[in-house]
Amino acid sequence: MNNAILLSSGADDIDFMIHGLFSYELFGHTVWITTSHVCILIVMLTLIVFAFIANRKLKRAAEVPDTFQNITELIVEKLDGIVVGVMGKNASKLVNYISTIFIFILMSNISGLFGLRPPTADYGTTLALGLITFFLIHINQFRYQKPKQIWRDMCSPLPPWLPIWFPINLISEIAVPISLSLRLFANVLSGTVMIALVYGLLSKIAVIWPAALHVYFDLFSGAIQTYVFCMLTMTYVNQAMDAEE
Amino acid sequence: MGITGEDLILACSAIGAGLAVIAGIGPGIGQGIAAGHAAAAVGRNPGARGEIMSTMLLGQAVAETTGLYGLLVAMLLLFVKPLV
Repeated sequence: MNNAILLSSGADDIDFMIHGLFSYELFGHTVWITTSHVCILIVMLTLIVFAFIANRKLKRAAEVPDTFQNITELIVEKLDGIVVGVMGKNASKLVNYISTIFIFILMSNISGLFGLRPPTADYGTTLALGLITFFLIHINQFRYQKPKQIWRDMCSPLPPWLPIWFPINLISEIAVPISLSLRLFANVLSGTVMIALVYGLLSKIAVIWPAALHVYFDLFSGAIQTYVFCMLTMTYVNQAMDAEE
Repeated sequence: MGITGEDLILACSAIGAGLAVIAGIGPGIGQGIAAGHAAAAVGRNPGARGEIMSTMLLGQAVAETTGLYGLLVAMLLLFVKPLV
């Protein structure tokens, strides 16, 4: 009924939704295993296999590196460069996490190229990433700053004995993970929807030229959003780590 | 052809989705301003090209968020159909 108009225009194979594969009962809730889980497992498996091969290869690292070792070293050096460029002296505390999440989000975003539905086009994935950032910010804030300092920051434009701005600052703190996760989710979702519309509505003439759309929506947009997510995470955590003197 | 209440809600949801993506105007203007100023900055100081590029991309991505909220509202109206 709801899809009557879409169906009558011959567009019954537009498909960008998440599909449930099978469900099971857990403490009275129905839990679905969806295509997102399968795609995320494929991405994780790829990364784990790559990590194992890289680990074994680098244990017998040669003085003159071969191609694989060169690529691995290039990736690590680039990621190190990004983190050191933003965080400076705090870089060593977060470089492993940022590198991991950078490679994971990048692989998730460009998995649309390989016919998967990108796992980051599921709000569950990006909300989890955003919440990790949220807890990183606040745990580091409590580790590196004194409670008095945090209170002064939360009442920031007004003096600490007049906490009128406290609720507004609290909302802006809570908005950080929501906006981070929604930004990544909506960007990847918009790319997925556009490509699904092209393949669904123009299936007769969609022969070679959708490759250009894949380059823009999967590679370019995915890489930019990965960079932005990691950049914002680093900026926020660095702010929390830098205790003001 | 009788129009039921559900049909009316669906039609209005489609109109609402169209209105919601008008939010894309704001980020378009904002990103254009950011890109223009970045181009001027590279023209003045070509040595700082990398830093200017990364700052511009970060600013544009943050400015893009409001437009994406509009997109999300439109998607919710069209596919989740919260009002039906």
